[in-house]
Amino acid sequence: MSIVQQTGAAGFLACFETLKDALPGDPVVREKAAAAFRLLGLPGGTSARRSEAWKYTSLRPVAETAFMTPVVSGFDVDLSASTASFSRFAENPVFGPLPRPDRDPMVALNTMLAEDGAILRVPAGVDAGIVRIDSHGNGSHALHPRHAVHLGPGATLVLLEIATGTGGYLHNAVTEIAIGAGAHLTHIRLQDESRDAFHFATIYADVAEGGTYDGFSLVLGGRIARTEIHVGLTGKNAVAHMNGAQLLTGTQHADFSSIVRHAAPNCTSRQTVKNVLNGRSRGVFQGRIEVARDAQKTDGYQMNQALLLSPDAEIDSKPELEIFADDVKCSHGATVGELDAEQLFYLRSRGVPENEARAMLVRAFLTEALDLVTNDAIRSMLGEKIDLWWERQAA
Amino acid sequence: MLEIRGLAASIGDKLILRGIDLNVPDGEVHAIMGPNGSGKSTLGYVLSGRDDFTVTGGSVLYNGLDLLDMAPEARAAAGVFLAFQAPIELPGVNNANFLRTALNAIRRAHGESELDAVQFLKLARAETKRLAMPDDMLKRNVNVGFSGGEKKRNEVLQMALLRPSLAILDETDSGLDIDALKIVADGVNALRSPTFSALVITHHQRLLDHLVPNRVHVLAGGRIIRSGGPELARELEKSGYAGVLAEAA
Ligand SMILES: Nc1ncnc2c1ncn2[C@@H]1O[C@H](COP(=O)(O)OP(=O)(O)OP(=O)(O)O)[C@@H](O)[C@H]1O
Ligand SMILES: [Mg+2]
Repeated sequence: MSIVQQTGAAGFLACFETLKDALPGDPVVREKAAAAFRLLGLPGGTSARRSEAWKYTSLRPVAETAFMTPVVSGFDVDLSASTASFSRFAENPVFGPLPRPDRDPMVALNTMLAEDGAILRVPAGVDAGIVRIDSHGNGSHALHPRHAVHLGPGATLVLLEIATGTGGYLHNAVTEIAIGAGAHLTHIRLQDESRDAFHFATIYADVAEGGTYDGFSLVLGGRIARTEIHVGLTGKNAVAHMNGAQLLTGTQHADFSSIVRHAAPNCTSRQTVKNVLNGRSRGVFQGRIEVARDAQKTDGYQMNQALLLSPDAEIDSKPELEIFADDVKCSHGATVGELDAEQLFYLRSRGVPENEARAMLVRAFLTEALDLVTNDAIRSMLGEKIDLWWERQAA
Repeated sequence: MLEIRGLAASIGDKLILRGIDLNVPDGEVHAIMGPNGSGKSTLGYVLSGRDDFTVTGGSVLYNGLDLLDMAPEARAAAGVFLAFQAPIELPGVNNANFLRTALNAIRRAHGESELDAVQFLKLARAETKRLAMPDDMLKRNVNVGFSGGEKKRNEVLQMALLRPSLAILDETDSGLDIDALKIVADGVNALRSPTFSALVITHHQRLLDHLVPNRVHVLAGGRIIRSGGPELARELEKSGYAGVLAEAA
């Protein structure tokens, strides 16, 4: 079954009214989410609430699009290199405790309409290899997948998510991640959506004592995109990496927002996000480090850098520190620049043609971020995507 | 090989080169000396095509080509090489990768086949060995964290690999230890042939002991105010620029 919606928040709400009896899971959670969504609206859309979190990103174009909803699941899970146990949200529709539909409109929308998603579990002490999830957007479909990952104590998993598609669809995913004590999740995301698509990914990860969330997102696609990562470091010595690179062109808009909450002592958070902005594109970085009163010996680092390849490209950067403990080490920085003329000349004076020289310098700018991807095969796959992106710019 | 006529160049509205005339015949090495700020590096940059300098007059013929009309990469492909006075750091660019990209770009421009990583490394290792450079310099990022002398050696390594027909060495001897100086001179001497010429910018006689120039020119205030044989460098070393400057005034 599929329904052609009206536009705007009202369209999604009407769709929910039609579908709700057929949707899986606790109807009370759905109703609450719908109530929140009714209140919050689509940021930037008519009658939406003003929101600091969405200060730089307007969803008006989303509000003005008539989507078709719902559709079949729209994703494939490849378990050929993994021993993780897999089930579907459609069959096991549990809404976990971390996502906050009451605060975040896109999470409310997902909670209201989520039909399916991948649920992955790795038992204690098991190294479950690599799981790959491919999503495919299509036409004007609206997808609201609800994924969950649970790692038992000491478990290890690499999760590779690749989002692609064709058309002006909406992909609005919520992923809930629980990382047990001493467990390690490597979460690599390649957002290579259609240039007409809307992509929102909201990730909530909770990391227990000595556990690690190691995330990297490469953002290439989408008309309007947002990667929103919430990490809670809830046990001591937990570690969070929230790295990424956004390569944008034309009139693309991509927002990388993250909040890391240091709730326990001796935790470490690291973040390097690089933006390469061409054409009239716009990058947004919002990074917040929260340090609770008893999170002593917190070590937080955050760096956001933008390379503007065109005079019409733009970056908005908002780093925030909120520190209630006294014995912490937190630093953040942001830089914006163009390609270095001296470096460019140096390369050209060695015979490297201008376009190739530029490509080398763009790659060099991204290296520091890309090198944070420790899996060799995945890193070189992402490197190839970056090279392809450059070739498309030059063409 | 190289014929410079009345070359004038400025940066912003500041005129730096005020009419340079210079002929470097095939197979010759010419030294350029002169006080700080006289325009020596500027001449090197203008010859290699740096576009923040504006050529306001004159011409440069290089093997019959109108050099000033060519992009920097085309000049490099035609055999021009500038060893920078202050080599540029390229964080995130692996030195071996950089050298191979440069060499292959030039080979491509000559219609030669590109070298794969293995072929290239063999060649590069032979050169680093000859230049007494540690192998790990190939693995590091271009010039990043290199000592002053290592940066200069890396310039010489690039020259050795790219085998230019016109090398412009801008104070490549500054900051080099005695052994390295000898290595640099040997590097240039190894390239010497009837189809290779060099412009060697230096403040010191020392390099010229190893690398005997055919001619020595004094550049001051954006002009060549004196030219002579190798003995001119020795004279300058002894008595400084005051004499030649006064004479030219
Ligand atoms: N980007 C620039 N902007 C302004 N002035 C410049 C610039 N580059 C060079 N100059 C000026 O041009 C003049 C010549 O500089 P150049 O570097 O060519 O001198 P040089 O002869 O190589 O000196 P040195 O012996 O110290 O290396 C100097 O007065 C210098 O300050
Ligand atoms: Mg100089």
